[in-house]
Amino acid sequence: MLLKIKTAQLLEELSKGRRIDGRALDAFRSINVETGIIGRADGSAKVSLGGTLVLAGVKLEIGEPFTDTPNLGVLTTNAEFLPLASPSFEPGPPDENAIELARIVDRGIRKADMIDLEKLCIIPGKKVWLIWVDIYVLNHDGNLVDAAALAAVAALLNTKVPKVEVIGESIKVLYEEKEPLPIKGIPVTVTTVKVGNYLLVDPGLAEEEAMEAKLTVVVINGQVCALQKGGEGFLTYEEVTEAIKIAIRKAEELKEQLVKVVR
Amino acid sequence: MGGLKLIDENGLRLDGRRPDEVRPLNMEVGILKSADGSAYVEQGKTKVLAAVYGPRAPHPKHLALPDRAVLRCRYHMAPFSVEVRKSPAPSRREIELSKVIRGALMSAIYLEKFPATVIDVFVEVLEADGGTRCAGINAASLALSDAGIPMRDLVSACAVGKAGGVMVVDLTDVEDKNGEVDLPMAMMPGRGVITLLQLDGKLTVEEFEEALKMGQKACLQIYKAQREALKKRYLSIRKQIEKEGESIAIED
Amino acid sequence: MTIYVNDWDIVSPGELLAEDEYKAGLNVYREGRRLYSMVVGLLRVNRRTLNVIPLSGHYIPKVGDIVIGEVIDLTPTSYIVDIRSPYTAILHVNEALSKPLNLYEENLRKYYDVGDYVIARVIYFEPGLNPLLSCKEKGLGKVKRGRLLVTPPSRVPRLIGRQGSMVNLIKKETGCDLIIGQNGYILVISKDLEGEAMAIKAIRMVEEEAHVSGLTTRVASLLRKEKIAPS
Repeated sequence: MLLKIKTAQLLEELSKGRRIDGRALDAFRSINVETGIIGRADGSAKVSLGGTLVLAGVKLEIGEPFTDTPNLGVLTTNAEFLPLASPSFEPGPPDENAIELARIVDRGIRKADMIDLEKLCIIPGKKVWLIWVDIYVLNHDGNLVDAAALAAVAALLNTKVPKVEVIGESIKVLYEEKEPLPIKGIPVTVTTVKVGNYLLVDPGLAEEEAMEAKLTVVVINGQVCALQKGGEGFLTYEEVTEAIKIAIRKAEELKEQLVKVVR
Repeated sequence: MGGLKLIDENGLRLDGRRPDEVRPLNMEVGILKSADGSAYVEQGKTKVLAAVYGPRAPHPKHLALPDRAVLRCRYHMAPFSVEVRKSPAPSRREIELSKVIRGALMSAIYLEKFPATVIDVFVEVLEADGGTRCAGINAASLALSDAGIPMRDLVSACAVGKAGGVMVVDLTDVEDKNGEVDLPMAMMPGRGVITLLQLDGKLTVEEFEEALKMGQKACLQIYKAQREALKKRYLSIRKQIEKEGESIAIED
Repeated sequence: MTIYVNDWDIVSPGELLAEDEYKAGLNVYREGRRLYSMVVGLLRVNRRTLNVIPLSGHYIPKVGDIVIGEVIDLTPTSYIVDIRSPYTAILHVNEALSKPLNLYEENLRKYYDVGDYVIARVIYFEPGLNPLLSCKEKGLGKVKRGRLLVTPPSRVPRLIGRQGSMVNLIKKETGCDLIIGQNGYILVISKDLEGEAMAIKAIRMVEEEAHVSGLTTRVASLLRKEKIAPS
């Protein structure tokens, strides 16, 4: 019942060209990115997107590569929706939402070719760098995926890899000599939701609860490299193409912010 | 991606198909007697089975919604369905696909007609050769219809991709693994709307629009096959009776 | 006035049936000017109204329906009855018998116990809530004899026939009494085994061929053949 009233109110404001927090339809909430905040992590970032707060930590480890990619480093992404982040989150292993979010963020980074995984090979077939990206949702105020992706990307940009000396079959890790992760590109994730006939960028919690469908688009250099439709409803072709065009446009703006922070 | 030519000099794919050709389809409805609705779908070598139970009473009771049915969906792959045996425990991929498949079916079903009930959809992949989530959605739509659950439209799904630099539809596993792009999509063709859309791989906006168009055409082919599969049983009984030459007295 | 299908066609969900002045009947919905089917079923055209008779689906209770169900549990004030529906039915103790029951003096199990079958009428139903049953009327109450069959609820209207034409035909030709629950339970009370076997054959034929016109004629012909040479 409460949801129906909320949705009606939302639509009424939208018909007057306003979102409930006064934003333009295609505006992001205020974004704040802080990197290098967790000393023990090899890379870290904290992102606040409106009231949504996400922490990402990167840990590096030397291990075995996958058998079908013997000279590539391994990237693994995991997300935890902490019970302290929302009254609707319960303790336990990642549920389908956390799993989906982690896999979308992972696909975006992978398909954007963000990290030069070849450069993370130490001894082909035997030793490569394993990159563990752990996304920690600290507060849920809508649009977790964009905040999480931003945090993961910022944490990776913040990550430093120690140099490794290969002597025959053994390796020596030079922990004092670190250099940034080999980065080839910076993907940006933009999520749009459909409420009534409106497309809203960076949905707040109320907008997300009222939405019929959502489209998360990952952009790299003006191209789409990953995309996921979410929600229980549907989108028309026009809405899909419109959301993609908006995402490409917003990605440019967001990338500038990201690059600024990391430098 | 080294060395494998996915498209030959004549523009044909490894299995001889043209880029816009869907694989041979085989659809059977009502094959599992215990389920309320069921269907078996083959798209090339991909084989999936779907079963629907419901609407039925929810267990536990508290998961029921007062104004509509709850739709639960489970996508699962048999251990022997893939090249390297897969553990029967649900993987992260299966959990994500269960979620997106549910999202693909929900808007097609009149859930409001069955408050405080549960509709369970089970998709089992028996053999995987690419496009399993799409085949699963195609089978699930048939199973839901077979169960007599009212729907706005059937949901038809097909993946579009880029292999060897060319846009293709209904990718096989080889084309998916070695190609540049995988774009599974599902739609309600009668309504002209998209209910599932995922992208893995780089596309420009123009390429994306082309992919959507190709996908829509492929989904329409599947839609036709689904309709035929639903009516087949009933029409064959009717034909048989008409052949037996009983007098047809039209009852009013 | 455009119609894209014919009377007696098998239609499927989302199939375009007609446009404009046609009216949406059972299992048909309208979107703008167009009418579509919601289920797999038999299209029947009744003047300007399009109805789709479903060929499958669970029983959803309707007030006034006669149903047959199995008592699966008891509470201090009611019997819980499984009517093969997503909604479990409740037979309240005050509706259970034609006479009032004194809860303090009587034992509920004396009248209906777990495992008993009852013939009842649905007296209240709202989607999302349990339907309420009553056995007060004459002819309702515990099933004491006969054989219970199950048929898909979607076949029940065909089994009854227009103004009972089908069920009466089967009763007459087989000498059995048939009580048909809208929820798909059929009680066959027969005088002899042959009659019962004939009745069951006829019921199965209706189940199989409900979507083909001329069914009453075929059932009549089957029953006549069976009478002469039982198979």
